[in-house]
Amino acid sequence: MNKLSIIIQREYLSRVRKKSFIIMTFLTPLLMVALIMVPLLLSTVKSSKTQLIAVNDESGLYAGRLQDSKSWQFVAVSEDISSLAPDNRNDFYAWLSIRGLLTDSTGQVKIYATRQIPMDLSSDIRNQLEKMASDDKIASYDIPELAQILKEVHPAVRTENILWSDKAEGQEIKTSSKISMVIGMVATMLIYIFIFAYGSMVMNGVVEEKSNRIVEIIVSSVKPFQLMMGKIIGIALVGLTQFIMWILLIMLLSTIGLASMGLPVDTLMSANMPQEAASMNVNLSAEALNGIEIFQSFNWTSIIIWFILFFLGGYLLYASLFAAIGGAVDNNEDSQQFTLAITIPVLLALYIGIYGAMNPDGPLVFWCSFIPFFSPVVMMVRLPMGVPFWQIALSFGLLVVTFLLCVKLAAKIYRTGILMYGKKVTYKDLWKWIRYKS
Amino acid sequence: MYYLETRNVVKQYSGHKALDDVSIQVNEGKIYGLLGPNGAGKSTLIRIINHITAPDSGQVVFNGRQMTEADMAKIGYLPEERGLYKKMKVAEQALYLAQLKGMTRNDARQSLRHWFEKFDIKDWADKKLGELSKGMQQKVQFIITVMHRPEFLIFDEPFSGFDPVNAQLIRNEILELKAQGATIMFSTHNMASVEEICDEIGLINRSHLVLQGDVDDIRESHRQGRYLVKVRRPADEPTGRKMLDSSLYQWDNLTESSHYWTWQLRKAGQASMPDVFKEIADRFDVISFEELIPDMNEIFIKTVQNIEQH
Repeated sequence: MNKLSIIIQREYLSRVRKKSFIIMTFLTPLLMVALIMVPLLLSTVKSSKTQLIAVNDESGLYAGRLQDSKSWQFVAVSEDISSLAPDNRNDFYAWLSIRGLLTDSTGQVKIYATRQIPMDLSSDIRNQLEKMASDDKIASYDIPELAQILKEVHPAVRTENILWSDKAEGQEIKTSSKISMVIGMVATMLIYIFIFAYGSMVMNGVVEEKSNRIVEIIVSSVKPFQLMMGKIIGIALVGLTQFIMWILLIMLLSTIGLASMGLPVDTLMSANMPQEAASMNVNLSAEALNGIEIFQSFNWTSIIIWFILFFLGGYLLYASLFAAIGGAVDNNEDSQQFTLAITIPVLLALYIGIYGAMNPDGPLVFWCSFIPFFSPVVMMVRLPMGVPFWQIALSFGLLVVTFLLCVKLAAKIYRTGILMYGKKVTYKDLWKWIRYKS
Repeated sequence: MYYLETRNVVKQYSGHKALDDVSIQVNEGKIYGLLGPNGAGKSTLIRIINHITAPDSGQVVFNGRQMTEADMAKIGYLPEERGLYKKMKVAEQALYLAQLKGMTRNDARQSLRHWFEKFDIKDWADKKLGELSKGMQQKVQFIITVMHRPEFLIFDEPFSGFDPVNAQLIRNEILELKAQGATIMFSTHNMASVEEICDEIGLINRSHLVLQGDVDDIRESHRQGRYLVKVRRPADEPTGRKMLDSSLYQWDNLTESSHYWTWQLRKAGQASMPDVFKEIADRFDVISFEELIPDMNEIFIKTVQNIEQH
């Protein structure tokens, strides 16, 4: 086995076997799925107890028309709340008092309760009363069919975004800029987190080897460049392992989650048409079906492949810089002055990415998606919107050229730095090391 | 042909020259001591031989040809700054480092078993290094240096930093490795400690090689004809004092203790040593009479002083 692969193997295995890695790998998808599933589950669970609400309606026009719901029931009472002794108020959860006519300015509605009432309740009461007032008003004009006419005046309009696909002639694909934005945002955040997490893992690994002095033994057996690349590649594989595990686990967990909620699983996962799903005996709303169709409209294979390529490119670019810093400093505290120089472009890329999610075709995002220090993060936000192939290829090509250059520079700093102990290194020193001939 | 040679090695760091035109020669199967004060350039030379840093000019010649990356597998190197992965298991990192030296995993495992048995530390194989005591860690470090069966061993300051028990152990192991045919080179600033085990030495001072050769040859060549006499204290002291003076030698440095007198002497002109000895033996009850051969420390100081005067 050659030496580089021995190093890669150690770097990979020593990290993948760590408890923290295993926990993170399994816990993160669980948390992500839980974050989506739990609110869904909770929304299906309603309080079983029905609350009684007393209604004192002065005009007597409204109390009888209030519709009960699962959670509360309206009871008409004759006592005026203001004349009631405090002891008797506790029979009801809340008191609704309606004074005057709601159709004119005399109307006055008050809800009394001994504790804060849920927002649902007050909005339900308001909606119901508004509807009654509106109906009454319409009726008061005494024009036949007015209600029907008004309804026709406000026809419901549903919009659909259709993306012209140049691949399949005539095939229309429904898209949603909202969902594109979310996917772009998630990919941007992920790549940002990956670059930072795994880049600093490289730096810490280098600092560790330097501070425990083992580096001198290793570089008496292998070239410093091999050690540095072995570490960078080994940790990249750790990152890929984690990413792939996350995708698989999220798919698995959401399948289980959806199945347990009685939703048709294969509509999300496979290319089954929504119509089929509808034909299955499931109560899916039109919106849900529409969402699934949009979800399927994205070219997931392309997004994931480019995500991995840009992750690798961005990671290699930044990891080599992180490795150079690790080699130059003696301990983690000293590294801060240099990590700042890396943090700024990455953070900037993240901000451009977030801004770009709202405005994916703006010139800032367009140009930044070609600048190698930004492109891994910024390109992610454009990807779900559909980017011409030549643009992605150009951006990726520039990234590859830049990371090759960076690796070369970093190797020079690394080579000199790992053997320097106890010296506070400055940017001037780094520049000098870069110019040393090998 | 020398086993290892450096030819006119120069290494410049920003501001100062770490090595200036250093040419050393190491013979096969010998123990070569690289001596000199701290900061003289010993570690830099060792790093150059180990291909850790490259010389600005000059060559390292191994077995008669330019030393290459492939020769590194034949070297076992114990750096001055010691340390291993604290969180990695002992056996695992020993195997890893041996593989980097070109051993196969099986071969490394066998060698590791041999050394663990020899040092009686089998039980630690699956412990993390950080869980071991300092002394144990030092043993592991030594095993890692030698486990790939190198034919050439380089120890940078092997006797500092180790506790006395381990230092003795290492001294014995060095001699055993030599007996098995290995060539050994080590550096130290503690010159007294090396005379017994070194065959050859090189003295480095302020980045220059100032002296090199066989230990005995060097000491012989630095003889100054001084002798140390130890006798029993004479009963009649005034007479004894008079008897110290002789036409055959000049004496100095007399020390008197309750039972003994010792002094140093240098023979005068044409007198012969047997005559000198005979005369002293006639006058005193001699306990010992020996030539004073300078030790490395003296030789070093003298050599450096000579250079700096010129």
